[in-house]
Amino acid sequence: MFRYIVRRLLQMILTFFGATFVVFALMFANQDDPIQALAGEKPISDTLRAQLTERYHLDEGFLGQYWYYMGNLLTGDFGESLSGREISAIFSTAWPVTVRLAVMALVIAALVAIAAGVWSGIRRGGLFDNGTLTFTLLLLAMPVVVLAPVAQWIFGMELGWFPVTASRDATFYALLLPAIVLACTVVATQLRVTRTSVVENLRADYVRTARAKGLAPRRVVWVHVLRNSLIPVITLIGVDLGVLMSGALVTEEVFNIPGVGSKLAQGVRTEDGPLVVGFVSILVIVFLVMNLVVDLLYAALDPRIRYE
Amino acid sequence: MSDPTLLATVEGRPRSLAGDAWDDLRRNKIFWASSVLVVVILVMALLPSLFTSADPASCALSNKHKGPTGAAIFGYDSLGCDVFARTVHGTGDSIQVGILSTLLAGLIALFFGLAAGYYGGAVDAVLSRGIDIVLGIPFLLGAVIFSGRLSGPGDDGVTAVTVTLGLLTWTSAARVMRSSVVAAKNQDYVSAARMLGASPARLMFRHILPNAVAPFIVVLTLLLGANIAAEATLSYLGVGLKGDAMSWGLQISEARRQVRVAAAPLVWPSAFLAATVLAFIMLGDAIRDAFDPKLR
Amino acid sequence: MTDIKAQVDVLPGIDPRAPLLQINDLHVEFRTRDGVAKAVNGASFWLNPGETLAILGESGCGKSVTAQAIMGILDSPPGHITRGEVRYRGVDLLKLREDERRRVRANKIAMIFQDALSALNPVYTVGFQLAELFRTHRGMSRADAKNRAVELLDQVRIPAARSRIGDYPHQFSGGMRQRVMIAMALALDPEVLIADEPTTALDVTVQAQIMGLLAELQRQRNMGLILITHDMGVVADVADRISVMYAGRVVEEAPVYDIYDKPGHPYTRALLESIPRLDLKGQQLTAIRGLPPALTDIPQGCAFNPRCGYAKEPCRQDPAPPAYAIAPRRTARCHFFREVLGD
Repeated sequence: MFRYIVRRLLQMILTFFGATFVVFALMFANQDDPIQALAGEKPISDTLRAQLTERYHLDEGFLGQYWYYMGNLLTGDFGESLSGREISAIFSTAWPVTVRLAVMALVIAALVAIAAGVWSGIRRGGLFDNGTLTFTLLLLAMPVVVLAPVAQWIFGMELGWFPVTASRDATFYALLLPAIVLACTVVATQLRVTRTSVVENLRADYVRTARAKGLAPRRVVWVHVLRNSLIPVITLIGVDLGVLMSGALVTEEVFNIPGVGSKLAQGVRTEDGPLVVGFVSILVIVFLVMNLVVDLLYAALDPRIRYE
Repeated sequence: MSDPTLLATVEGRPRSLAGDAWDDLRRNKIFWASSVLVVVILVMALLPSLFTSADPASCALSNKHKGPTGAAIFGYDSLGCDVFARTVHGTGDSIQVGILSTLLAGLIALFFGLAAGYYGGAVDAVLSRGIDIVLGIPFLLGAVIFSGRLSGPGDDGVTAVTVTLGLLTWTSAARVMRSSVVAAKNQDYVSAARMLGASPARLMFRHILPNAVAPFIVVLTLLLGANIAAEATLSYLGVGLKGDAMSWGLQISEARRQVRVAAAPLVWPSAFLAATVLAFIMLGDAIRDAFDPKLR
Repeated sequence: MTDIKAQVDVLPGIDPRAPLLQINDLHVEFRTRDGVAKAVNGASFWLNPGETLAILGESGCGKSVTAQAIMGILDSPPGHITRGEVRYRGVDLLKLREDERRRVRANKIAMIFQDALSALNPVYTVGFQLAELFRTHRGMSRADAKNRAVELLDQVRIPAARSRIGDYPHQFSGGMRQRVMIAMALALDPEVLIADEPTTALDVTVQAQIMGLLAELQRQRNMGLILITHDMGVVADVADRISVMYAGRVVEEAPVYDIYDKPGHPYTRALLESIPRLDLKGQQLTAIRGLPPALTDIPQGCAFNPRCGYAKEPCRQDPAPPAYAIAPRRTARCHFFREVLGD
């Protein structure tokens, strides 16, 4: 277990440097005038130009720039946005509502995916199975740019079941519709993986052994099959976090939730380069750390990984 | 089933995997439905004027938010443009970006997957870490930064979005390619061919690639749908297509603020987008089911 | 523990004088997309306490399916038992309710499988999987169940049992894993043990150890053992009687020495001739010509007739040959058993 953690940690550090380097390169590569790139198409004052040059060490070579950028990242200094506010301050007011939204979405998605996935896996080919298969297919076909505005229009405006927007300290209820929308972006894959995994595990030899031991069908499924079936689902959650981040960008923007996603979308729209780079860098770190946590969870579920 | 030998005796005469898969596909209604849908979408992308004679760019403010008429069956949007014509003409850019970015991703994945799988060892380690690094960046976040950088002012953003999507979405296809190459390489018949002195090129094209092609195509089909959706998302956020371009994502973005007054400009591009993604997902699923009889 | 055991014993209609296990005219078929595969077509045999019955046959002859039907763990669908009886002490298990049936499993009839690595759940410790039996069937506490699990591992001679109880299946060697399987099957003191190719996946030296252990445990407990195998060598060492299966039927049944001495069915004879023997070194081995029939298309009459050197017209016509009593305690389903015995 210890070796596994160490190896994963080393891998994460490597990926961290690689990923931040790519983000940094994407931002500044292929630019004749990186300052103009940071500020978009807006005119730039000389003071701002000087400020940005100093901030990003644009007078240094590319590697030097990356060096300073990493130094700032690691010391938690994310600089100022073009509007002059501390990026870390903007982030710290934005993240709580986003985390609430994401956790709600993840819990909704996981509950639905596991319950429905196990059920349709057991009753493979049945009415419920075919129903969920069709339903997940439709969900998969709906990108969040379709789902969020249409859900807001139908359930928020036309039917009036949910609030159309949510504030920073929104209630559970106000966040419910956006959370469901966000959950929809990941639930279909989770459900399908759960189902497939249950179907495969039901055919495994150890299930026959469990039945030969005279265990009740309920125990066979919920103790023996479920734990094995969840292993691929857990690994999927790591990928899903990336999807959730992308989804939050659109969902928060649509529902006017002042979270990380909508601040970032705002930064993109107002072409606030420093804000975008700062936010993306933080999110990449969050993503990598969460993936490490998922890996550890995975090892907890599957002893074969722990002792490899 | 419990007894594998039982299946073998039930099967009867041996058939090739590809032949088997085609037999299966031919009988699959979903395959035909999605194929027809894909063909319709492709024709719409190439020849939009077959579907509508209206010019999507000629708008009259006097028609603002008008309901459906005989000429404009979906009605008009906030600028008085024909929604149906705009939706149909939006197909072209959406599909073009989707196909080209998927091809680019496919090429990168082919290179990474083949090299990592075939050479193994240090090459595999380095390339696999490369894949990890790209996977370490949540896709949309990378795209948001990159796509904005690539397109200059006045540009319609098509090239920028295509390149961005291609560069950021190849990882899953590369992993699939790598693992099927590794699996094929370790087959006894490939080792046998190697011992008989087959050249690396012959090994690759005659013995390894044919086994890796099917899952690769399936991933790319699914990726095509995903990339069309991703273009819409980028355009929606303002870092995708712009200017003269006319994609569904742009239309959704424009229509959203007016949805209380007129829903049609939001609903129709959304429906077309969802139907397109659906078509590619169903096609990919059907092909996968045909090649992977395990899950029947 | 005894009083709990007594509760379990309450199975309606149990007759202590009836045979331990008796299978009558068992039919099992698999209904698949490609047609109906008739896996078992009228298998009949019996088993007494303390006795070892070997069921011998090529893969696909229906021996594993028969075992699963006896246990009641056939995958259904696609598997269906269409006719026959499985009598345990006179009670037809096929007529029991599912919950009554479940109490028979592991308590009265237990089974061990070929590949212990895949037959054990990879994500739970060996101790958990053993203790589970005591906890669900006997309602024991966690601590008691664990102690019983350690005792069991001791009985199957796993060294340092107490420390290995927290290990996962993949941490054991193949032979040790099969011992765990055996411990699990014997946990609730069953009267019948079905071993489905228990040593096929093991090295030859380990095979002998495992077979020895099984034989010893069987003697101690006076268990009936059904040994399913395709390995005639294993059979000769441990079996009392042999049932030879072909295309889902028992084609010959006889005490083990009789069958090796003078096979009564052409198929048995062909099987014996196809194993290498030290005393006949240098002679050509005879392989059985042709292939076993597809279970979707079993030949009329005697299923073996297309591959049989003795076959004549009656063999190619329905009904299939009856089970002729060819000698005391011996039956064979061959019209020409006299010729076969005489050769």
